[in-house]
Amino acid sequence: MQKLGMGQAINQALKEEMHRDPNVFIAGEGVGVSIHLNPMFPTHGLLEEFGPGRIKDTPVSEAAIAGLAVGAAEAGLRPVVEIMFNPFFTLASDMIVNHAAKLRYLSGGKSSFPLVVRIKSGAGFGAGCQHSHNLEAWAAHCPGLKVVMPATSADAKGLLKSAIRDDNPVIFIEHMGLYFAPMPVPEDEYLTPLGKADIKREGKDLTVITWSGMLGVAMGAAEKLSQEGIETEIVDLLTLSPLDKETILTSVEKTGRLIVLHEATRTGGFAGEIAAVVMEEGFKYLKAPLRRVTGPDIPVPASPPLEKFYIPDENDLIKAAGEILE
Amino acid sequence: MNIFDKKQQELLWTMILSRKFSDSLVELCKIQGKIPGMMILSTGQEAVGSGVCAALEPEDVIITNHRSHNHLLAKGAEPKELMAEIFCKKTGCNKGKSGTLHLAVPEVNAPCTTTVVGATLPIAVGRAFAQQYRNEKAITVCFFGDGAADEGSFHEALNLAALWQLPVVFVCENNLYAGAQRYEEHTRVKNMAERARAYDMPGIIVDGNDALAVYRAALEARQRALDGQGPTLMECKTYRCRGHGEADPQHYQPRDEIKAWQEKCPIPRLGDALIKSGIITSAKLQEMESMADNIVQEAVRFAEESPYPEPHEALEDVYV
Repeated sequence: MQKLGMGQAINQALKEEMHRDPNVFIAGEGVGVSIHLNPMFPTHGLLEEFGPGRIKDTPVSEAAIAGLAVGAAEAGLRPVVEIMFNPFFTLASDMIVNHAAKLRYLSGGKSSFPLVVRIKSGAGFGAGCQHSHNLEAWAAHCPGLKVVMPATSADAKGLLKSAIRDDNPVIFIEHMGLYFAPMPVPEDEYLTPLGKADIKREGKDLTVITWSGMLGVAMGAAEKLSQEGIETEIVDLLTLSPLDKETILTSVEKTGRLIVLHEATRTGGFAGEIAAVVMEEGFKYLKAPLRRVTGPDIPVPASPPLEKFYIPDENDLIKAAGEILE
Repeated sequence: MNIFDKKQQELLWTMILSRKFSDSLVELCKIQGKIPGMMILSTGQEAVGSGVCAALEPEDVIITNHRSHNHLLAKGAEPKELMAEIFCKKTGCNKGKSGTLHLAVPEVNAPCTTTVVGATLPIAVGRAFAQQYRNEKAITVCFFGDGAADEGSFHEALNLAALWQLPVVFVCENNLYAGAQRYEEHTRVKNMAERARAYDMPGIIVDGNDALAVYRAALEARQRALDGQGPTLMECKTYRCRGHGEADPQHYQPRDEIKAWQEKCPIPRLGDALIKSGIITSAKLQEMESMADNIVQEAVRFAEESPYPEPHEALEDVYV
């Protein structure tokens, strides 16, 4: 099996879908000619392969980029546009929140908006809070959007291909920390369904629900807990909206204990939503109070020791596990 | 009758129909519980939407804003379905989900009315990009007010449309007021059309109460777009004879200013000219007016008699 960083896997997905469907085009800042001459980046080499008619470098204009996607999608094209960093979502947010998400509803179901907004995200680069700010909960709070956050190269490829073929607007958030580590990706073509979580590790004692860059933390902690005789089940959520309640509740029923782990800040974070679903629909399964392990309620700091303090790690997860396993 | 004469009559007709449509809403929206939400009318500004849409073909697209009724009727939307939607009924063009402010009529290539000021521009850019991408012989028209030209989205959209030479015509309906702020209170730029120069596109100033002038300017801008010469910013100078919405008491608009502009009403202006030049008779004009009356009355009757959607229908049409 080939081994690819997530950026390369995304690159393969983009190429395959562009070859398959002439309606797919790509637009964004530096998606053609980039300041990163790096084959590990998702849009590397696309301009050479598909030309400037389908790979559209844009001005630094996030509202226009997102509007381009909305208008072109209404016409039946399948835009895949890129927002360079998650905090810049704010600059594109009117087009995404008020238009991509709502125009189908406002048309009474007559129009559809098959677009994908790829957003690079994640802390860990010392880039500071205006480049690192996980805003997935904002997007998931908007009916009409689907929100996808893969944690492995294989899932990223299959999910992006599904997102491009989906007739709804999809916010596809990529953790840049995953671009560089090679991970196995099947050679043959495949699609990974949206709205379906994946059990990345089976266990009977504790469920950890996580997504994106935190999967690695969860897997590392689970390995250590296993050495203590505690078997952790890890649910990789993959899609935040629509939420796969069934997989969540089935796992909680099995283990009776739940930790939700995400890199984003705590208050109003998506862990709260999952906690609420479990309290409403799975309270009877819980043997102990559930826990959230998240970034603290601060902007992501630039200084390395401060940023390290911000990002949840294996010790945070193991500590929380200890609290609910006592 | 030559083609141009016929076009002038069509233009007059959509203005008359729009005015009758608006006039009926002036009264209806005062009745408690009859029409939900805000009522925003384009009374006195009909030459803009009617003039521009007369220059378009059915395959051309319009993206419009909160003051949309005239644009949509001029593009060929069915008055009954619009009126039913304004009444928020199940038989409305959007099944009661959009109401008076967000009317979407994709079947006449008017797929989006957005009330977020300035939002029509980036969407129009996307729609025009699709036309260019597919080599279609069609353009996109984007309507917005003078207030919208102060939004960042205006500048992002004009820059991108010019850069890619997209087939789009930006129609700034300058009605002198952005909410309660008079034009000179929200910008120092004398004419919005001057902003076109910053993006290296033609900026044209048109008498927005002269329907034929608007029509001719739109025809030229459309042709430029079709010829691959890119976008045009067309500023149509007109006046907001009514408030921002019907609940607006217009205390900040001088009475004599309103009166002066009412006297420049685009409908008798074109009607009288067509009679004078012998293109229509005054009997024909009266016939057009009574026909418009009938259509509007029928639309109101249809809307009033139509049922509301069932509550559970609120859950439909969120996702495909």
